[in-house]
Amino acid sequence: MNPDASTIAAGAPIEVDLSPVAEGQDIKVFWRGKPIYISHRTKKQIDEARAVPVASLPDPQSDEARVKSGHEQWLVVIGICTHLGCIPIAHEGNYDGFFCPCHGSQYDSSGRIRQGPAPANLPVPPYQFVSDTKIQIG
Amino acid sequence: MSGPSDYQPSNPALQWIERRLPIIGLIHSSFVVYPTPRNLNYWWTFGAILSFMLGMQILTGVILAMHYTPHADLAFKSVELLVRDVNYGWLLRNMHACGASMFFFAVYVHMLRGLYYGSYKEPREVLWILGVIIYLLMMATGFMGYVLPWGQMSFWGATVITNLFSAIPYVGESIVTLLWGGYSVGNPTLNRFFSLHYLLPFLIAGVVVLHVWALHVAGQNNPDGVEPKTEKDTVPFTPHATIKDGFGVACFLLLYAWFIFYMPNYLGDADNYIPANPGVTPPHIVPEWYYLPFYAILRSIPNKLAGVIGMFSAIIILCFLPWLDSARTRSSKYRPLAKQFFWIFVVVCILLGYLGAQPPEGIYVIAGRVLTVCYFAYFLIVLPLLSRIETPRPVPNSISEAVLAKSGKAVASIAVALVAAGALFVGTLQDARAEEGGTKPPGNSWSFAGPFGKYDRGALQRGLKVYKEVCSNCHGLSYIAFRNLAEAGGPGYSTAQAAAFASDYKIKDGPNDAGDMFERPGRPADYFPSPFPNEQAARAANGGAAPPDLSLITKARSYGRGFPMFIIDFFSQYQEQGPDYVSAVLQGFEEKVPEGVTIPEGSYYNKYFPGHAIKMPKPLSDGQVTYDDGSPTTVAQYSKDVTTFLMWTAEPHMEARKRLGLQVFVFLILFAFLMYFTKKKVWADSH
Repeated sequence: MNPDASTIAAGAPIEVDLSPVAEGQDIKVFWRGKPIYISHRTKKQIDEARAVPVASLPDPQSDEARVKSGHEQWLVVIGICTHLGCIPIAHEGNYDGFFCPCHGSQYDSSGRIRQGPAPANLPVPPYQFVSDTKIQIG
Repeated sequence: MSGPSDYQPSNPALQWIERRLPIIGLIHSSFVVYPTPRNLNYWWTFGAILSFMLGMQILTGVILAMHYTPHADLAFKSVELLVRDVNYGWLLRNMHACGASMFFFAVYVHMLRGLYYGSYKEPREVLWILGVIIYLLMMATGFMGYVLPWGQMSFWGATVITNLFSAIPYVGESIVTLLWGGYSVGNPTLNRFFSLHYLLPFLIAGVVVLHVWALHVAGQNNPDGVEPKTEKDTVPFTPHATIKDGFGVACFLLLYAWFIFYMPNYLGDADNYIPANPGVTPPHIVPEWYYLPFYAILRSIPNKLAGVIGMFSAIIILCFLPWLDSARTRSSKYRPLAKQFFWIFVVVCILLGYLGAQPPEGIYVIAGRVLTVCYFAYFLIVLPLLSRIETPRPVPNSISEAVLAKSGKAVASIAVALVAAGALFVGTLQDARAEEGGTKPPGNSWSFAGPFGKYDRGALQRGLKVYKEVCSNCHGLSYIAFRNLAEAGGPGYSTAQAAAFASDYKIKDGPNDAGDMFERPGRPADYFPSPFPNEQAARAANGGAAPPDLSLITKARSYGRGFPMFIIDFFSQYQEQGPDYVSAVLQGFEEKVPEGVTIPEGSYYNKYFPGHAIKMPKPLSDGQVTYDDGSPTTVAQYSKDVTTFLMWTAEPHMEARKRLGLQVFVFLILFAFLMYFTKKKVWADSH
C-alpha cells in the first residue's frame, strides 16, 4: 500500500523561478501535493528571526540553520502545520510569520513554532539554489 | 445458539434440510423460543434498532456504490449527480448520511444502557468487549465514509485524522505514508478509503454475529441485574421481544425520518458542499458530531503524542470496564451512588462533545482539560472506589418479584429528555461555525421553508433571469442542465421552452472528424457553460478571488446559529441559513465603511461577509433587470428571487423530499400505533 511508481515519479524535484517574488512577498507552490511557502523576507523579518535567543524556543533551531547561507532573504518551508496538518496563513500572527487557523499555532518569520499546540517547526524541504534566482525543490 | 435444539419442522422438505444443516432449529432456538427476561425495558430495544440500522446502511451503501466514482477529480461531482439524476438518489443519500448519525446515536444509547445496568459484568465480559470492537470498527467506517464525498470537510478531516498517526514515535511518518498511498491525502487515499469503507461493514456484521452469539450464551442482562431463575422470570423471544423491538424500531424510524425528509443537512457541515481544495484549510475543522467528545480530549492535552494516546485510551478503557468496576450488584438501580455518578458521566460526555465543536482557545481549553480528567476519573477512580465503599440497596430475589413490585415508569418523559439531549449534542456542530466576524444575516420568509414548503415558480423564473443577465458573467452553474428547467419541482417551463432556452447558448463540443473543437447551439442535455475555462482563469480575471460556482452555494454557506437557537431549529425545521446568508450578502454592500474596518484596495465593504472585505463589487442595483410580470425591480426583490432560484439549483428535488416525507410520516405514525397496541395485547398476561 505504499505509493505507486507514478506517484513517486510525480514527486520528482521541481524548479522554481524566484525573480518575480518581490521583497516582503511570498508564493506557494505545490510539491508532492504539499504546499511549499517561499518567502522573500524583509530585513526586519530576518533581524527578528535572528534576535530571538535560540534556547528559548520550543523546538530550538537557529535561523541560520533553516536558510541557505548567502540567500538569507529566502525562507523555504513546507506549509503544513506540524500539529494536525492544516495550512498556516502567511503574514499573520504575532511573530511576522505564519498563523494556523485550525488550532491557533503561530510560527515566526523563520517558520519556527512560537506559540500554540504544534510540537515542531515548519519543516524545511530539501532544496538548493541552481542560480541566484532559481531553486530546485526535492 | 443455545445448544442443540429439539425443534422438528413438520414439512418433510424442511426436515430433510434440518437433518443435514440444523439452521431452522438454530433460528428457532435463538429468536423464537429463546427465553428473554420479562422485565426488560425499552432501552433494551436498541439492540434490535442497531441491527436494523446496520442492515439499512449496508443496503443503501451498496446501491450508492453503484453510482459513485472514487476518484479525486470526480467523486464530488458523482455524489451531486447521484442526488440529482439517480431515481430517488436524494433519498438514498439522505438515508445513508443521516443513517450514520442515527446508527451512532443508537450505539451511544446502547452503550450507556450497558454502563448503567452493569451489562459488562461477569459472565458478559466477552460480550461487552466484542461490543467495544464493533464500536471501534464503526468509528473507522464512519470516518472513511465521511471522506468519500470529497468536500472540504472530508479532505481536511482525512488530513487531520491520518496525521494523528504521525505522532507515533519512529514509525509514525511511514504509517501515514502508507495510509495516504502518496505524499499527502489524494486520489490513492480516496481509493483505499472507498475499498475499506465497503469492507468494514461486513466485518462489523461478522462481529455482530459473535456479539449476538455471546449474548445468547450468557443470556440478556436486565434492569434488575438478577439472573432469571425460574420459567416465571422469562418470556419467549417471539412474540414478546419481537413485537416490542418492532415498536421500538418504529419509534426510532420517526426520528430517523425527521432527519431524512426535513433536516437532511442539520447534522452535516456546510463546508462539505465545497469541493475538496488542498490549498485552502477551512477555518474550523470539526469532525462529525459522534467523534466530538474524543476530539475534545485530543485537543485538551497539550502534547501531540499524549493527546493521541489520550484519545484512543478513552475508547480502549471501555474494554477494561468489567474489571475496573468490581461491584457485585449489577444494576445501578440498586446502587444509589453509582447512579448519580453515571448521570454526571453522561453530562461530562455531552459537555466534551460541545467543547469538541468550539474553537480551542481560552476558557474552552481549560474546561476541556477539566472534563478530560473527569472522563478518565470516572473509570479509573470513581468506579473502582465505589465498588469498595458503596452499600447497595437490596436486590430482589427474582425477576418476577421485581416485576410485581414495579411501579409505573415515565418512559415517555425519558425519551423526550433523550431526544432533547441528543439535539443539544448534535447541534453543537452548528455552533462551531459562529464567530467568524460577520453580522448575522436577517431571517427571511421563504416560500420553500417548513414541512410543506414549495418553490415559488414566479420567483424561480425571475431568479433565472437575474442569474442569466447578471451573475452568469462571473459565476458558473455547472451542475444544472437545461433539461432541469423543465423538471417537476423546478421553474415550471415546458420541455420546448427549456430547449429554446438552451439553444441561446453556445456549447463547446468536439473533437470532430478533423480533430477540431467546435461550437454548436445548446441542447437540453447540456449543462450551463461556465464563464471561465478553469479556476486559474477565473482567479486571474477577478483580482485573485475566483467567483465560486453557484450550483450549491445556498447549501455551502451557513452561519452559526448559536445556543439555544440550534435546538429550536431542530423542532422548527429551520434550514435556511444558506439562503438567508446569500440574500444578505447580495444586499449587504455599503458605500460608507464603518470606522475601525479597513478594506484593502480592490475589495468592497459588505456587512454580512465574514471579514467584511469582499472581492465582488456590488452586483445588483435597482432597475437593472426588467421583469415582465410586474414584480418590483428592486435589489431586495432581485436578491430574493435569485436566492430562491439558487436554492432550487442546490436542491432540485426538495419538493419531492417534503412530499414523500409527509406520506412516510403518516404511515409511520399509524404503524407505530399498530405496533404499540399489538405489543400491549401480546404482553397483557406478562406484566
